[in-house]
Formats: sequence, C-alpha cells, structure tokens
Amino acid sequence: MVEWTDFERATIADIFSKMEYEVIGPAALSRCLVVYPWTQRYFGNFGNLYNAAAIIGNPMVAKHGTTILHGLDRAVKNMDNIKSEYAELSVLHSEKLHVDPDNFKLLSDCLTIVISAKLGKEFNGEVQAAFQKFLAVVVNSLGRQYH
Amino acid sequence: MSLSGRDKTIVKSFWDKIGSRSADIGAEALGRMLRVFPQTKTYFAHWSDLGPDSPQVRKHGSVIMAAVGEAIGKIDDLTGALSSLSELHAFKLRVDPANFRILAHNLIVVIASYFPADFTPEAHVSFDKFLMRLAFALSERYR
Repeated sequence: MVEWTDFERATIADIFSKMEYEVIGPAALSRCLVVYPWTQRYFGNFGNLYNAAAIIGNPMVAKHGTTILHGLDRAVKNMDNIKSEYAELSVLHSEKLHVDPDNFKLLSDCLTIVISAKLGKEFNGEVQAAFQKFLAVVVNSLGRQYH
Repeated sequence: MSLSGRDKTIVKSFWDKIGSRSADIGAEALGRMLRVFPQTKTYFAHWSDLGPDSPQVRKHGSVIMAAVGEAIGKIDDLTGALSSLSELHAFKLRVDPANFRILAHNLIVVIASYFPADFTPEAHVSFDKFLMRLAFALSERYR
C-alpha cells in the first residue's frame, strides 16, 4: 500500500480542485501525440493527425484528452486504493485496447509538463515530487493487470 | 531519431530565447531532479547541501547548462563536441546513462514553467529529440 504524507494528499487535492479539464486534458494528449508520434498508433480512427496543428485542433483528440484526465478523478478520490480502482481499466487497456504500458509514462510526463506550464512557480520541486509520485502510482496500477 | 534542419533551427532559437536565464534554469532543473528522483542523489554524496537553494547545486546547474549551450553551438557534431565530457562521465564519474534522461525531463519541466506560451508541442518535440541526442553523445565513450 502506498503511503501518502499530508502534504502529498493536500497537493493532489488542490491541483485537481482547480483543474481545467477541458484545457489541460486536450493539451496533454495532443502534446503526447506530437512529441511521441508513435503513440498515434492507438488513434487510427481519429481522423487528421498529419501534423502538430492538425493534432492540436482535432476535436476527437480534445474530447479524449478530457476523458482521460477525468479518469484520474477516481484516483484522487481514493488515493489509498489506486491499484484496485484501476484494475478494470488495466484489463481493458491490456486485453481490448492493446496499449503498450510504456505509453502511460509518456502521457504522464506530458501531463506533468503541461501542469508545470500552467502553474509556473507554484509547481515547485515539492509539488512536482508529489504530483509525479501520484502519477507513477496510477501508471503502475494501469499496467498491473497485463499478462 | 536524428535532428532535422528544422529541429536544429528550433533548438537554436529557443536557446537564444532562454539567453541569460540558462543558469537559473539549469540550477532549478538539477535541484528538482535531486528532489523528485532521489536515487540521483547518490552521485552527489560529497556535497554538503542537496537542497534547492544549495550553492553547490546552483553552481553545478549552470556548469551543465554552459555545456548544453556549447553543444548547441556544435549541434552538427554532438559526438565530437561531447567526446571529452563523455570520457569524464564514463571513466571517472561513472554515471548510469539512464540518468541523462531523468535530467532532460526535469530541464523540460522547468523550461515549460519559464516559457508556458513559447514551449509549444512543436518546440517540445525538437528539444526532446536534441536532449536525447545529447544524452546519446554523452554516453558514446561508455563501452
């Protein structure tokens, strides 16, 4: 079981209470698709992903980015049991979507960078440490049911 | 994933934009790396202060960024440009090359916070590619 300090719990709660899901979600996913273009393999039916501008302007990417970010809410609400919260989603990503779990880390890195751009100085080393620890636990849980 | 002409142009112009803030950015990136990825502290056990305001961290961060700047000046031959630094890291410091990626990540996090509007996904991909090539050139002499 993951141990969280009071600071870590408060930091995660604070970041997500102020989260602009419809801005940050699309920004993180589109950045991932641009910076790590091989991740586009999972979005063959999303239409035009031919260049950065197309990706950033793509409404399906935007919608899915928002969905993914909201997917983190369940971890925020139940930080003491993230592994079980994502068991089903892990099975889905493994058996139905066939997503290489390495991609979860790529997306979480992009999310960290987008949050850093958004929060600026407020995203100091302590906050970054808490945020990256949280994402690492989520990423680990999503890869847990792969076999 | 070699650097296109476009990548090199983007990296150079972003470096110009960073300008004199490079030392601060380097210091912050190094400090964050030590905090967020504590396993990296193992290489700096000889420093008395590993906190974010440590003068040792600040100094070394700016040393690192100066080397990055020099590499950008010789972006067409990163292997040649980093040859002696590679030997240093390989034979004397013996830093596991996986850590170059970790520092690169923290550099990008700091750059994004300093330049939220300018560090677009396009700038990000070129910079990420450059840092990966830099890390590769730095590990060239390892084995």
